[in-house]
Formats: sequence, structure tokens, C-alpha cells
Amino acid sequence: MAVDQHDYDDIPGTFVFDAERSRRGYHLNMFCMSLMKEENRSAFKANEAAYLDKFPLTAEQREAVLKRDYNRMLELGGNIYFTAKLGATDGHSFQHMAAVMTSSTQEDYAKMMLAGGRPIEGNRSKSGTDKRAKSKRKSKSKARSKAGSKRG
Amino acid sequence: MARIIAGISSSHVPAIGAAIDNGKTQEPYWQRVFAGFEKSKEWMAKAKPDVAIGIYNDHASAFSVEMIPTFALGCAAEFPPADEGWGPRPVPVVKGHPELAAHIAQSVILDEFDLTIVNKMEVDHGLTVPLNLVFGSPKEWPCPVIPLAVNVVQYPPPTGHRCFMLGKAIRKAVESFPQDLRVVVFGTGGMSHQISGPRAGLINSKFDKAFLDNLTKNPKKLTRISHLEFMREAGAEGIEMVMWLVMRGAIDDDAEEVYRFYTVPASNTAVGHIILENRQRRAVKRTVTRKTRRKAPAKARRAAARVKTPVRRSK
Repeated sequence: MAVDQHDYDDIPGTFVFDAERSRRGYHLNMFCMSLMKEENRSAFKANEAAYLDKFPLTAEQREAVLKRDYNRMLELGGNIYFTAKLGATDGHSFQHMAAVMTSSTQEDYAKMMLAGGRPIEGNRSKSGTDKRAKSKRKSKSKARSKAGSKRG
Repeated sequence: MARIIAGISSSHVPAIGAAIDNGKTQEPYWQRVFAGFEKSKEWMAKAKPDVAIGIYNDHASAFSVEMIPTFALGCAAEFPPADEGWGPRPVPVVKGHPELAAHIAQSVILDEFDLTIVNKMEVDHGLTVPLNLVFGSPKEWPCPVIPLAVNVVQYPPPTGHRCFMLGKAIRKAVESFPQDLRVVVFGTGGMSHQISGPRAGLINSKFDKAFLDNLTKNPKKLTRISHLEFMREAGAEGIEMVMWLVMRGAIDDDAEEVYRFYTVPASNTAVGHIILENRQRRAVKRTVTRKTRRKAPAKARRAAARVKTPVRRSK
């Protein structure tokens, strides 16, 4: 299966909810959407597996829901505004979910936010070659001139 | 004739709404956020707009993944608050302005912006939190609000440039509406934040502050920010800031910044807020002469220079 490569695949720790993920995650997101109703929340809590049978999820999506693996849900086409409804059904705050997704404790995550959040430095690019977009040209030419001087 | 008097932008963090609804606004953590909007409430009380147009996004409340309209204009008479999983927010029903909304839809579509027209819609924190921040918590919102929902949930949202141009088309529509109405435009969302995936918690104050600076002085530069740059620099959900550009397109190029506020964090998000006022027929009358007086038009400056020249020669 050919899946398009995108420029935003280079952003670390990020699953962009694009048309392809939206297509794959349609039923996963509609399951989450169903949790907006109290009677559905109760039915889900009473028997998660049976409730999930109502939605044609893939085996991986189903497993991710049962394990509350939020990153995996995003990877498989879930969208955060929808998966947040699952977290809310469990009675968790958003920061709990954020802590799970960032492999942190809720306390540490909250501390990081109070201290100004996750810094952008070091979190721009997977390849590590991409500097800030605006200074891209400059940094490239600098790199070239450095390389040139080394040769010289 | 209706006219736009000012643009206002503000983050629409759901936790701000929860703090209001649960009476936590006086807690030190939240006081820091709400204090930044005191001046805006004063400004708003003086500006007294007749109508507001609220550019916001729905967060899987009114729209699921069944329908994802890029631009959806609320043309209904009212928009009840949505149940976002904890019961609807205890805020007033948003009353629309169906006549102006219908006029905007017609004008903007003929201007080649293919809007979705929505005649039944609930509105979530994306719209109601900014209303609280500048109007407080009244029993009724002080003016009708026309919601314009922008898709920023599924990639790609409309480009910043497209949003800016839509703002211009909205302005044209407003100015061709025969009733004498004073209109403010809200751009909501942002600023930098990412709430999904292992990079959640990202904040980029440097990006945000530059965005605020350019929003006033050089908005055209902001219309060239790519989606990749928004997501990389301001977080996957920071891309919401394209909605601020609808607001910016709807007001004068040389609109004056009358207020700004920025703080980190509110829950997971950098909170940014700005009020930009059109200089012609101001929203709020000045009582004190401002230091930053506007430069005279080039023609007048040249005329003044011509008058001065012979005086210098005679010395």
C-alpha cells in the first residue's frame, strides 16, 4: 500500500490528523463520539469489549482502546478531540492523558507546563537538520561556507 | 451602513471555561490569566458593538467526522451551548443575527468563498470562552454573535492567506449591509500549543510574540506562514492561529493595537490576546492624546516640507 510521505512527518512526537488518518480512523472517532451520551458511556463501562463490537474497528484500534494507548490511537487515525472523550469517560483530566502520551507523570507534566512548557529547541525536527524555517536558507549557506573553509 | 470597528483575538482554552464555570477565577493560577482581560472588559463596555462575528473552531461537538466543513457560517437565530461531555456550559444561548449572516453568506459566496451555511448548530468552548473573557458572565450576551466555524481539526485547515482574504470578503459584505451596525470580529484559538502525541506540552513564546507583533504591523508576512511552520513551531494544534488571520483581514491594514496580553500557561496552552481598533471612527473615543500619533499622509508631509524650504534659504 502506497502511503504518501509528507513534510510534516519530520515533526517529532506528532501524528498529524490528515485525510489518510481521518479515513482510517473514522470508526474509531465515531466510537469516541458516541461517548458523548450518558447511556453509551454506561454501556461502554459495563462491558467494553461488547460495546466495541458495535464499531467496525481494526484489531489494532480495538487493542489500543482497551489498553488506553492514546498515542497508538492517534497513530491509527484517532483525533485528540475525539480520544479526549474516552479519557473523560474514564473520569480523567486532560493532563492525565497528556502525561500518558508524553510518558510522564501528571505531576511532572503539570510542572513542565508551569515552567513554560516543552521547549521548542530540540523538538523541531526528527532529522535534526531542519532549523527554524525562516532561517533555513541562512543556515544552509553558513553550513556550506563552513564546509568550504574546511576544504580550503 | 454597517462597519467593522475592531478586531479582537483570544485563545479559547477549555480549562478557562471550566475555571469560570467552577468558580476558580480567583485562584492564583487563574487570576494570572483573568487579570489580563480586565482592560479588555473595560474596552468592550465602552465599545458597545451591535454585532460580533466569532471566528472559532468546533472541537468534535457540533461536527464529528461525519461532516467537516472548511468554513461554516452560522445563519440561525440562536446557537445553544453544546454538551461537551460534562453537560452544556452554564452560559447564555448565543443569539445570532440572521439578517446580517444571510447577507454575509450571499456576498462572500459571490466573492468566491464557498461557505457552508448552517441553520442549526450548537457552539462549544471555542466560541463561548472568548465571549466570557471580554464580556464576563452576564445573563445574556450583550450583542448578537454570528459564529463562523473553521476546520482546524482535520489537516489541512484553510491556509492563512485564504483566511486573511476571507476576512476581507467579510468586511466587504458587512460594509454593504444597509443597517447602521457597529461590528467587532473575534479571531480565536492558539496560541502555541500541542495537546496530542509525545510532543504534547510544546510552547513557543518567541513564535507567539513575533506573531502578535506582526499581527499589528505586518499581517501579510503572517499570511505566508506555511502549515508546516505553524505545526513545527507552534505545535500541532497551534495551527488554529490561522483563524486570527480572518479577523486581521476584516479590519484596516493600519489598525491600531490598543491592548495586548500574553501568558503561559493556561492548562496546556499559551494564552494570547490582542485588540486592534480601526482608526477611522474609532470604537472607543480617546480622552487622552496618545504619544504615538499617526504619521501624516505622504502628500501632507511633502506639502509641509515645501512650505519650510524657503524659510531655511532666507536664513
